[in-house]
Amino acid sequence: MSTELRAPDLGAAPAATPRSTATRQTGSDLAFALGSRAVGTTVLVITGGIGLFLAWQAVPTLRHYGLRFFTETDWSPETDHIGILSVLVGTFTVALVAMVVAFPLALASALYITEYAPLRLRSTLVAAIDLMAAVPSIVYGLWGFFLLQPQAIDVARFLNAYLGFLPFFHVDTDPRLAQWEQSRFTASAFVAGLAVSMMVLPMACAVMREVFSQAPAGEREAALALGSTRWGVIRSVVIPFGRGGIIGGTMLSLGRALGETITVLLIISPAFDLKLKPLEIGTETVSALIAGRFGEASPSQLSALLTAGLVLFLITLVVNMLAAVIVSRGRSGQGTDI
Amino acid sequence: MSAVTTGPALEGEVVEGRPAPRTWLRGEQVQVLDVRVQAPAAERRAVPRAVSGTTAQDRVVVVGSVVAGASLAWLLCFRLLPWGTPLAFVLVATLLTVVVVAVATAMVTPGPAVADKVASTVVTAGALVVAVAFGSTLVFTFVRAWPALWHVNLLTQDMAVAGPRDPLTVGGVLHAIVGSLIQIGIASAITVPLALGTAVFMTEIGGPYARVVRTVVEAMTALPSVVAGLFTYTVFVLLLGVPRSGFAASLAITVMMLPIVARAADVVLRVVPSGLREAGLALGSSRWRVVWHVVLPTARPGLATALILGIARGIGETSPVLLTSGASQFLVADPFHTVMNSLPLFVFSTVRSGEPVYIQRGFAAAAVLLTLVLLLFVTTRFLARRKGGSR
Repeated sequence: MSTELRAPDLGAAPAATPRSTATRQTGSDLAFALGSRAVGTTVLVITGGIGLFLAWQAVPTLRHYGLRFFTETDWSPETDHIGILSVLVGTFTVALVAMVVAFPLALASALYITEYAPLRLRSTLVAAIDLMAAVPSIVYGLWGFFLLQPQAIDVARFLNAYLGFLPFFHVDTDPRLAQWEQSRFTASAFVAGLAVSMMVLPMACAVMREVFSQAPAGEREAALALGSTRWGVIRSVVIPFGRGGIIGGTMLSLGRALGETITVLLIISPAFDLKLKPLEIGTETVSALIAGRFGEASPSQLSALLTAGLVLFLITLVVNMLAAVIVSRGRSGQGTDI
Repeated sequence: MSAVTTGPALEGEVVEGRPAPRTWLRGEQVQVLDVRVQAPAAERRAVPRAVSGTTAQDRVVVVGSVVAGASLAWLLCFRLLPWGTPLAFVLVATLLTVVVVAVATAMVTPGPAVADKVASTVVTAGALVVAVAFGSTLVFTFVRAWPALWHVNLLTQDMAVAGPRDPLTVGGVLHAIVGSLIQIGIASAITVPLALGTAVFMTEIGGPYARVVRTVVEAMTALPSVVAGLFTYTVFVLLLGVPRSGFAASLAITVMMLPIVARAADVVLRVVPSGLREAGLALGSSRWRVVWHVVLPTARPGLATALILGIARGIGETSPVLLTSGASQFLVADPFHTVMNSLPLFVFSTVRSGEPVYIQRGFAAAAVLLTLVLLLFVTTRFLARRKGGSR
């Protein structure tokens, strides 16, 4: 017995159409999508508007002063000489001092928390670092001005006396006098940088600690099994793994140090000399300039201040973006999601 | 058959399902317990070798080095050279301790142990320096504020009748506290919904437009706070004619806080496992329901942390307020029409005045501000800990 196959009638069957799998939002979903899109747009307009406004306000200043705005050292609106060269140098000097102090201390604290601290203490120390980050900057300013400055001028005098042959440590006075001129060493970029370093340290330390704690346990144990000491583990596993976090965290805190206002304003005495003498009295940073000069500013000076603010913002932006790229590039930056 | 045999144990000797101890204490002679017979005395039991911790020699080296370093530093700073300040002593002592540790370790255990000991000394010393600096910040603020904190009128009066020379029994910082709370309240009321909505939009809706929003928001976290203040001053106070007031200050704080909080909330929402979302969608709930009932509850502790830390940042930031709010000396509850004071601004202006009593008031205000931030921070820790408990 054979099976009879009935030939299908190909022509008569309706053409198969795939079911539409695209979703069309209806009802509450549509409202949700539109609503959150509207909120996102609002925030985009607010935040983007600030950037555009700053750029727009900078146009008259840049048109009036041209490139002289970046090469002029003096800020005297009365004589129509306005430039940010010395202010930028001052900003970077303060930030550099802050980073030179904050970077090794942040690295040491992060390594201590992840590698050396007793397990019971670890979460407390992490909380303490977070708390350091939450303390208002004015409190660090008070600490720097009233407690640190009398101590720091002795260190400044020491550096000047023994390392004064280096131009970076030069001060126009003789530190070896019995009655040495203390006032030459106060209100300097050095003292301001020390206070700012306390402010930016927790940020760098938090990023580094986060990355170090993600260092793979297998590689740590492999290093230990090969007979390495604790320092050997740190040098061969933890630091290579966390390099992205070290650099990225440092740059993030550099961004914060560049924009810090109130601590610097409290400590420094304003001076517009183009100089690289962080130990000597007097310097000026962009943010302190804005905070000090906005009150009596005419519209054109306000535009110049906004331009200085824009320059500071752009520098910070570049630093932050580099930091973000470096952090995400490292092995440790790869996200974990199920 | 004796209970104790000498010589190496063979694996085959271990029977009855009792595993052999992993390591034996090395004694005068190699003793291997025959596990087939119960060991009669406690001394026969195998003791695992301790693989962690420090030996007495390590501890002696470290303690001795610290003592030697401190003594040498004392001799150097206070007897031989004119460097007699506490800070110089601490720095010199730290440096000398590291040197002594290196020399002492090289004498007892040369080789890689020297680098290990030096590294651990340097790292621990660095962490100690940070701890001392941070501890001194907190203690110093409260110690300098102590005489003023004793007076109840600090919290119940304003500075309307108190002059620069008046004692601490007159006047207080009530107006600054009220001003700070009003300003941060308005700023939070604007920031929190906007930041949360944007974070939800960036993570849950997605798409190219959301990427643009995320890029701009991340870029604006780089905005220095003083520039946020200058922007608000130029646009709202000068162009739009909003008087210098608490409201203008709130707007400046909002401009500063919004990108920071939105970004932090975005980071928190992004680590919600996508498996949870997909499970919710697979069960047939709408996207809105998934966000409301799955994503936001999962991320609640993290979101609370992000929001509260953002608020703590906003309440302590001086420069936006400095440019926008003006400063009143008396209690102002109306944020829209007149100038208003706040805690950071009060601290800044009193400390700069140079009057000793005013400086003391400034420290008292800083202590109050620090207490507020500490309270916010403790709340955060409490919320974060609840997460650990419920899992």
